[in-house]
Order: sequence, then C-alpha cells, then structure tokens
Amino acid sequence: MKKYIKAILDKKDRLDGRTFDEFRKPITISNEVSNKAEGSARVKIGDTEVIAGIKVDVGTPYPDSQNRGNLITNVELLPVASSKFLPGPPGPQAVELSRIVDRGIRESGMLDFEKLCIREGELVYNIIVDIYPINDAGNLIDASAFAAVAALKNAVLPKLVDDKVQFGEFTKTKVPLKIIPITCTVYKIGEHLVVDLNKDEEEAIDARLSIAVSESGNVHAMQKGGIVGFSIDEVDKAIGMAKKCVEKLRKQLK
Amino acid sequence: MAYTKRFDGRKFDEVREMEAKVGIIKRANGSAMFRTGKTIAIAAVYGPRELFPAFLQDPKKGKLKCLYDLLSFSVTERKRPGPSRRSTEISMVTRDCLEPVLDLTKFAYTGLDVYIYITQADAGTRAAGINAASLALADAGIPMKDLISSIAVGKVSDKIVVDLDKEEEDHKDGATDLPIAMSVRTGKLTLLQMDGNMNQTEIKKALEMGKKACEQIKEVQVKALQAKYGGAGK
Repeated sequence: MKKYIKAILDKKDRLDGRTFDEFRKPITISNEVSNKAEGSARVKIGDTEVIAGIKVDVGTPYPDSQNRGNLITNVELLPVASSKFLPGPPGPQAVELSRIVDRGIRESGMLDFEKLCIREGELVYNIIVDIYPINDAGNLIDASAFAAVAALKNAVLPKLVDDKVQFGEFTKTKVPLKIIPITCTVYKIGEHLVVDLNKDEEEAIDARLSIAVSESGNVHAMQKGGIVGFSIDEVDKAIGMAKKCVEKLRKQLK
Repeated sequence: MAYTKRFDGRKFDEVREMEAKVGIIKRANGSAMFRTGKTIAIAAVYGPRELFPAFLQDPKKGKLKCLYDLLSFSVTERKRPGPSRRSTEISMVTRDCLEPVLDLTKFAYTGLDVYIYITQADAGTRAAGINAASLALADAGIPMKDLISSIAVGKVSDKIVVDLDKEEEDHKDGATDLPIAMSVRTGKLTLLQMDGNMNQTEIKKALEMGKKACEQIKEVQVKALQAKYGGAGK
C-alpha cells in the first residue's frame, strides 16, 4: 500500500485525485453537539469527524498567573473512532494531540486570559476543551484543532451566583477571544509534501509538521512528528502550504 | 521596547558555554552528561536487552524507547515526581528524533531503553537531553549514521536568538521557543517544535542560525567521545 501511494504521488496525483495542497470536501461545522456545554462544535473534513465541547468552571489561579484564567485541553481517542484506539488512559498519541491543539490556542493568544480573571489572586475562569474524534478517516490533528477553535468561538460563560457556577444556566457573554488560530499539518511521504491525508494515505506517512497560523499569517506553534527529517527548505515550503490552506479553512469558519 | 543586549551578554547567535562527558554511569551500557549554560542533562542507555511485553518485539529491528523527565528539584517550584503530559510528549519527540540515525536491524526482538533526566533546568532542557542521549547511544556502541545535535532557537522580544535561557524565555515582551534537532551530516531536521509568534521569514532565519549552532554542538559531542575513546573515528 505504501509503495502504491508513493507511486501515485510521484505522478503528481493522489488516491482521490486531489492536489497536494487541497483539503477534502465537504468541510462542515455545526454547533449543536450538546446543550449542556458552554460551547460545542462538530467538524467534518471529508469522512473524518471530530466533536469538541467547552465546559467552564471557576477556581483559584495558578501562583504564577494570578490575574489570568486557565485553559485545559484534553483529547480522548475513543475506541468508537478507529480499530486502533483502545479503551484506557491516554497514551502518547492522545497526549501529543491534545498538546498540539492546546499550544495552537495558548501560544497564539486566542483566549483573552486576563478577561477570564474574576478577582485577581482569588477567582478565575477555567476553560476546559474536551475533544473526541468520532471517526478517524485521517488528519485527526487538523480536525481536532479546528473543532476546538469552532467550539471556543461558539462558547459563552456560565452564570455565577456567590462565586459558584450555576450549571446549566448560561449568560450571553461570549468567552473572550482575541485571535483565531488554525492548524494545518503538512505530511511528508517520500519527497512529497501533502496536506489532509485520508486514512489510506496515512499508512504511508514518513513525517509530519503541524503549523498553527493566525489571521496575520504568523506562525504560533509547530510540532514535527515521525522519524524522517525535514530540510530547512522543506520546512519553509511547508509553512507556505499551511498558510495557503489555513486561509481557505478560515473562510469555512463563520 | 527592542531587545538590544542579551541578559547574559552573549551575541544573538551565540550558544551558551557547553560541556559534554561520556561514560558517567558505569552500570549503564552507555551514558553521557550534557550541559549548556546552567541546564544539565544526564542520559543512560540500557540494552539492547530482552523486550517485554513480548508483543512489542519486532522481528526486523530493535525497539527504541525513550524516557525524559525533570527531577523534582531541577526547577524553582518542585515538580511532582512521575510522568506529566509534557514529559510524555518530549519523550516521544526525543525518540522520533534519535531513531533516524540509528541502525537497529542487528538487534531484532530486543528493546533499547534511553533514560534522560534533567538535574538542573534553565531552559533548553529537551535539547540538552537529546544531546546527552545521542552521546549515550554512541557510548553504548549502537551503530549510528550520525550524532543528533539539538538546540533551541527562537525570538526574544524583536530579536532572533540562539539558545534561550530561562530569563529570556520569560522576557516581558514575550519569547518564541523553537527547539530543533539535526543530523548535521545530512542537514535534516529530526525534531522541530515551536511555541510563540514568528513569521515565515523569521523562522527560516532562525533555522539557519540553529543549523550553525548544531554544527558547534556536534564538535563538542565529538570531542567528548574522543576524550573517552581516543582519536578513533572522526
């Protein structure tokens, strides 16, 4: 399979006829996943489907960030999504995936953490992003990051009475956002750089580079995976591809 | 405000003082220490040895496993012992960055364990850990196509810099951390991560500066191996 996929790429073609920098279609985003969540989103990229939900509670700030709220990002690879996922505590793949998503959000400055402070040193909002892949048909990284961002865009703060969250009662105040980062992963197969692999193409991955890009075109987080290296020129090319793809993805995010 | 002079007086493309020593843990099959400025990493290699559970055994090659962690007293606020999400991830990217230069085909069915601990942390810990691990693997006599050399580059305020220390990482204008690892012989980046804010041109410039730094690190690594094994190899 791996040789076959590479041979097709050598002919500048892909299994499903897309170009190397083309995402699968359709890309859909909907927001009604759970009415118990402060925000939620379901993202489909081709057959890949991921849901993300935002829960908000309050707590004491960390000692080193007394005037800032907190972000907690978690991905659970449910056994529903793939024959390769097993029940149990998160393994390295789930941990890496949640940290890639977390860093895209955190490092870009997407959340206005200072506005998430209620009383300095005493009480802050904790924004908890939980991401569950429902169908792993390839490129879970970008779908997960996209779902997290879409859910945050949709999220509101809960009602507080006497510093306690009134669960199930929401305000109309949106979770304060400053920037919308979108992550695009560029995969390396042989000498080729390709985006948004489907499940079959993923069998042939040599390496990958996930790149989080903001509206300004600046890069806020990168993560390389896989055991083959990238040259500096390949990294530069990958960033160029990611910027182009992110621009298109951004249009889907209304 | 622009960052005109580095806190410790280094040039923007200057690495911290480095020190490497091979064979620091006699019991291990291979071991090494790597220090850059005030960041100190130790690494030990055990194996190739029998691998359990048996279903992990690969009839084609040995299995490389890496564990990275901070010692509880290596940082200002005590780190709770045991693996964290951060260390799980770093262990994984470390493994992936070392494996491309190793030839494990002669060690079918076995496991090769690389343990990396940071005894004193002042930023750049994963890079120091990788540099130590690469030396420990060479010390263990594992066939290697090249050493892996690693450094963190990035941006402090408005300047592209090499080898950030903790004070720079915490700069009030913000800092971007871009750790890389490279096989200097092929010029291929085997580790690449980034947190912060840089544009495409800046990233390219930082990577070029990082490549030069990796070349210097490799010299330090080779000298450390020569110190133990004499002039054999180059």
